[in-house]
Amino acid sequence: MDNKPLNNKAWFFVLPVFFLVAISAIIPLMTVVNYSFQDTFGNNQFFWAGTEWYEEVLSSSRFHDALVRNLIFSGIILAIEIPLGIAIALSMPRKGIWVPVCLILMALPLLIPWNVVGTIWQVFGRADIGLLGRTLSELGFDYNYATNWLDAWITIIVMDVWHWTSLVVLLCYSGLVAIPEAYYQAARIDGASKWKVFRYIQLPKMQRVLLIAVLLRFMDSFMIYTEPFVLTGGGPGNSTTFLSIDLVKMAIGQFDLGPAAAMSIIYFLIILLMSWVFYTLMTNFGVDAPEKEVD
Amino acid sequence: MAQITLDKLAHSYMANPKNDNDFALKQIDYVWEDGGAYALLGPSGCGKTTLLNIISGLLVPSKGHIRFDTTDVTEMSPEQRNIAQVFQFPVIYDTMTVEENLAFPLVNRGVDKAEIRKRVGDMLETLELTDKASRRARGLTADEKQKISLGRGLVRYDVNAILFDEPLTVIDPHMKWQLRTKLKELHEQFGHTMIYVTHDQTEALTFADKVVVMYEGEVVQIGTPEELFDEPAHTFVGYFIGSPGMNILPGSVDGHQIRLADHGFKVDKHYDALAGLTEIGIRPEFIRVTDAAGAAGKGVPMQVSSVENIGRHQIVRGKINGHSVDAVVDEDARIPAEAYAVIDTSRLNVYQDSHLVRASR
Amino acid sequence: MLELDRVSKQVGTSLHINDVSMTLEKGSLNVLLGPTLSGKTSLMRLMAGLDKPTSGDVRVDGRRVTGHSVRRRNVAMVYQQFINYPAMTVYENIASPLRLEGASKSVIETKVREAAELLKLTEFLDRTPLNLSGGQQQRTALARALVKGAELVLLDEPLANLDYKLREELRVELPRLFAETGAVFVYATTEPHEALLLGGRTAALHEGTVTQFDSTIDVYNAPVNLQTAQTFADPPLNTLSVQLDNGSLMAGDRSMGSLGQRAERPADGAYSLAFRPHHVSLQATEGHSVPVQAIVGTSEITGSETYIHVTVGSDHWVVLTHGVHRVNNGDAITVYLDPSRFYLFSSADGSLQLAPVTNALAAA
Repeated sequence: MDNKPLNNKAWFFVLPVFFLVAISAIIPLMTVVNYSFQDTFGNNQFFWAGTEWYEEVLSSSRFHDALVRNLIFSGIILAIEIPLGIAIALSMPRKGIWVPVCLILMALPLLIPWNVVGTIWQVFGRADIGLLGRTLSELGFDYNYATNWLDAWITIIVMDVWHWTSLVVLLCYSGLVAIPEAYYQAARIDGASKWKVFRYIQLPKMQRVLLIAVLLRFMDSFMIYTEPFVLTGGGPGNSTTFLSIDLVKMAIGQFDLGPAAAMSIIYFLIILLMSWVFYTLMTNFGVDAPEKEVD
Repeated sequence: MAQITLDKLAHSYMANPKNDNDFALKQIDYVWEDGGAYALLGPSGCGKTTLLNIISGLLVPSKGHIRFDTTDVTEMSPEQRNIAQVFQFPVIYDTMTVEENLAFPLVNRGVDKAEIRKRVGDMLETLELTDKASRRARGLTADEKQKISLGRGLVRYDVNAILFDEPLTVIDPHMKWQLRTKLKELHEQFGHTMIYVTHDQTEALTFADKVVVMYEGEVVQIGTPEELFDEPAHTFVGYFIGSPGMNILPGSVDGHQIRLADHGFKVDKHYDALAGLTEIGIRPEFIRVTDAAGAAGKGVPMQVSSVENIGRHQIVRGKINGHSVDAVVDEDARIPAEAYAVIDTSRLNVYQDSHLVRASR
Repeated sequence: MLELDRVSKQVGTSLHINDVSMTLEKGSLNVLLGPTLSGKTSLMRLMAGLDKPTSGDVRVDGRRVTGHSVRRRNVAMVYQQFINYPAMTVYENIASPLRLEGASKSVIETKVREAAELLKLTEFLDRTPLNLSGGQQQRTALARALVKGAELVLLDEPLANLDYKLREELRVELPRLFAETGAVFVYATTEPHEALLLGGRTAALHEGTVTQFDSTIDVYNAPVNLQTAQTFADPPLNTLSVQLDNGSLMAGDRSMGSLGQRAERPADGAYSLAFRPHHVSLQATEGHSVPVQAIVGTSEITGSETYIHVTVGSDHWVVLTHGVHRVNNGDAITVYLDPSRFYLFSSADGSLQLAPVTNALAAA
């Protein structure tokens, strides 16, 4: 690919986007890095603070608690959404009239704006007027996500599964659909059971797509902000205060720019590190790349 | 090993077929002998893959029955019929090694471990893959992968029939040659009923004892390679088999006289007068191209338009009285400027409305 | 005229194309022959400008075009997989290069109809490619290449996915079609007899190198080394190690005949003897004078010919005879070789030391 004859005109097309990205991302990023190493007493006067903010954040129990919450949350999410997504993709029809119907049904949750998702579940789950909350109360369950931390966690998890499993489903489905019919026929002739067909044909062929699904879901769930914020605001107490929510409180609520900036950078680096770990694990322990396709 | 009987078998991909043309496979009645090597030969769309899939159980026919020995298997799935199928492109289990791939069908059927090891070992030797046994199947070349596909079918000794769906498509000419011979050797060694689908006549003719020629869903002729070559029952078979195919020219017959390309030839056989479209077929291999001296009065003038040297023989393309004719001549033959075509009259075939007509005496 | 001057292409650690130099004349028909992964496609991509060589130059009519994108060149390419614009009709497909050039409507109409006529597509002009058979789809791709009036036409195994008989028909038409345009015509294939049928000149490729580039029948009759000879043989050549001693050939203690009167006789020593399967006879004749005892293995009958696989000592040979011969596995037979058809290749580097005299060479 990199040996194509050079066409320099292509760079001009990139410039407008480059400026946009520079203004909206790179320059702010540089500013944040800047703040993370400085201190201010207001009045736009800044003093070099070195790694003071980093040390403070890394040693604060508030940070550790939020980090642990995020890790547990992402872990649960991956453990539920990936197998569930694969299972749903496997049971979707691959041919015929129901295919577009299923695809649209799966796509619907993904189309809803995220704050609306939060609002839907917020109302849905209310013990007094919400359909779910009211029903559970009638049935005798003492359900209230605003006061009980376990209820709050369960609600957020169910909300996320409802919202995002479709993504995993669609990705896995596209991988499945690409498997040529001859493989299934050969497996039938070899007398393979359904489980063996899954293990030896479908799973290996879905490997690349699964990697994308895992990476995307991990990153998004680790960075989650809107839905839990709208639903619980971080409560009850601190029980659903994830790193992102904590960070916003610190930066905008308390206006502690230094620690907030440091925490942003640390947060960013953690995500980068864990994504790299996932990626390396999956590409090296899966079927070896690259596929030498016979054509 | 099993004898396969096709009883009034036909298939249409449409839900409500109304006439003959709606059938991808028109009615066929045939018995495939136990242990025979057969080829299904025909151009794309002739129905050969449909027929193969019906025999293997991947497709249920819309009409008719198919029996293995005395059991009616029409509704049975491939696993229940105990057949093996090799596909056009190698189908292997990427995550398994070569050994595991070969063992897979046996493991699924609960064969005991010692027996599996023995059979897999034998198969590895036959396929000349022993040194690659513990390698991941994924890293092998196309022909090695196809050998594994083949091995998975053969490793089940009790398999009723082995079906091949254009298995050498992705293989290079050199390996194609070796694999073809290997298939024939395997057939001689194990004696399974083998049915081989292809559009390549060399593959079909070298492999099979009997070839089923198909065209547009119908079986046109079933015969040994010599029968198909010497006496094609239909002008399509004459055209399809042989490279180049048979020359089909308009003509007429009358007793011991055959006229073709506006020339009369005396023949030993006797033909009754014919109605309908009469055509005469003569294979390029039976036409000699020489000069006036060599023709010695028995040749007819031929305008040569091109000569193709393909190494082991030459193809002379030309016209006799305006009719296009191809001839196959020796690699060393010199084609003279004034050419004469000497036709071997004992090899002329007469066709009425495209079907072969036999001499009356 | 297209020139490749010491072109090489390195991808990662492997050398896909290794120091290739060739000159392709205007209006010539050139075949690239070699097994899969021998570099045929890579070489074509370098010729077209789809890839840049890591070293060496590409010149068109004397002008350097190395590194020029294919868009600036005038190239047409046809692939194995019937590439057509799926959403356009056949007419539109064929017209597409003309539309890109900005040709007028009447010119497009004339040229498209002409090409459709030549490739027998006139009745399919308003269908889309998915509603056509494989042969018709490939004809559409060919028509599109034809109207472009390109200086360089590249065909990468274009008939490989077609039926045997269709392949025969198209193979006869193709050279004729492109001969009229005066373009440089390059055709890649893995099958030796396709190269022979097309004629023209053939470049034999092996692992990224061009071992020989000459008129096809010359490469066939006088291959420069054993590797090239094998690339060009289907079925493969029969080989045997021999010792040449004062004109006599010996394989161990078996006599393989003598070389008789030949213009250039190679020096005494060890050689690889090779001969073609159809130069073996089941009967002794004037030419076939060297008897060899063999054991029959498998035999394959095609109706007009018989292939008999035999074992001679530890070697396996193939005998191709005319007509039908019935022999059984395990039979002992005598086969007769013709010394005037022997090839001798050096044991050291496989280079050609002696080739049979043929009509073509004798005339030249």
